Amino acid sequence: MELVGTPKKTVTARAAGLVACTRCARAWPLETEVCGRCGAKLISRDVNSLQRVWALWLVGLMCYVPANLYPMLRTQQLFSVDESTIIGGAVELAQHGAFGIATIILVASVVIPLGKFWAIAFLALSVREKGGYASRHRLLMYEVVEYIGRWSMIDIFVVAILSALVQLQGLASITPGPAAFFFALSVIFTMLSAQSFDPRMIWDAQADTDEASGNG
Amino acid sequence: MSDAAEFSRGPLEGLIICPVCDATYQLQRPKNGERAVCTRCHKVLIAPRAKAGMQIIAVSIAVVVLIIAASVFPFLKISAGGRSNAVSILDAALTFTEGPMLVLALLTAGFIIFVPLLRMLLTLYVLVPVVLDRPPAEHAIAAFRFSEALKPWSMAEIFALGCAVALVKVADLATVDFGPAFWMFGVLVVLVIVQDGYMCKWSVWNSLEHPKRR
Ligand SMILES: [Zn+2]
Ligand SMILES: [Zn+2]
Repeated sequence: MELVGTPKKTVTARAAGLVACTRCARAWPLETEVCGRCGAKLISRDVNSLQRVWALWLVGLMCYVPANLYPMLRTQQLFSVDESTIIGGAVELAQHGAFGIATIILVASVVIPLGKFWAIAFLALSVREKGGYASRHRLLMYEVVEYIGRWSMIDIFVVAILSALVQLQGLASITPGPAAFFFALSVIFTMLSAQSFDPRMIWDAQADTDEASGNG
Repeated sequence: MSDAAEFSRGPLEGLIICPVCDATYQLQRPKNGERAVCTRCHKVLIAPRAKAGMQIIAVSIAVVVLIIAASVFPFLKISAGGRSNAVSILDAALTFTEGPMLVLALLTAGFIIFVPLLRMLLTLYVLVPVVLDRPPAEHAIAAFRFSEALKPWSMAEIFALGCAVALVKVADLATVDFGPAFWMFGVLVVLVIVQDGYMCKWSVWNSLEHPKRR
């Protein structure tokens, strides 16, 4: 902490016989169970959280598959009905020359979700083994997963706006397809999965590596 | 190890622990406008601002009014070939109405209207007594905890970007007009982001713990 008396070597709360409240940053003796300030449950390292992370991750992934197979939008124009999946819709936009929007949709609905599945799995696996990647790298990954993940919801909102707006009787109408349902669930479950992850375990793995290689 | 022993001997109130990486520090409150950052993981731990409480309250009231207004007034209007259709944000959220889609409608309405609204009301409930130097409201701690837990699920700014994408998609299909709610929603998104910048979680917890010694 730059402004708060900087120790030469960081001491973890666990090494100092303390447990942190992850919600309000207050320190308590290691055996304390509930934070006296904010009422949060205290646990030094939530090792069982990994099971929760994996369970939610799997449900999220299972929802992501039908989200890509079923149509997201059903566009009804004068004489034609057009059903498009997430990727199909983006390709169509690109063919119309709207590359910027096609990129936003592809990033929000394909790159971010897949990246998120990969990142959570990587983090959950990497805390089990000592060493490996530098933790700065992994922390960046954790932050990306935490803050960018919710932006995947954009596709659902686009579908909602389009379906409500484009209701021109007989001329054109847009209705949401089943993929919207699965996609929303997938985003929600991956968000819950990422929230269950205890980032302190990333740092423990790194600290162990430092000690083992004698840099500590 | 001597550092570690030192920490556990002193008063625990004088410590702050980084929630992300578990690094422990002696607490030194930064001046207004300065920030205390974890040296290990660079998480911002404390970021107090002068008169933040009053500003947050003002912004919260504005956001509550804007959310209510923006959800009932017409938001976007589309017209093509002599036909037109105007929708409010509430219409957009409640567009999923068939079978399991109803769940989706409730979630969407929650993410863009009710969760942001509830967060603002909870913030007001917690901060108004604190700023007026009164004892904290009953269950203020639970209220603030709930408000923090809701934070990732408040998605007004994502909905705003969604509008932009939707507009481009419709552009070659029909003409789009912006209703008053569209501009209200734009202001609202900016205010929500501004408020997040003012809010220092640690300062709020600290003032709830010590209501008199602020
Ligand atoms: Zn706490
Ligand atoms: Zn830290």
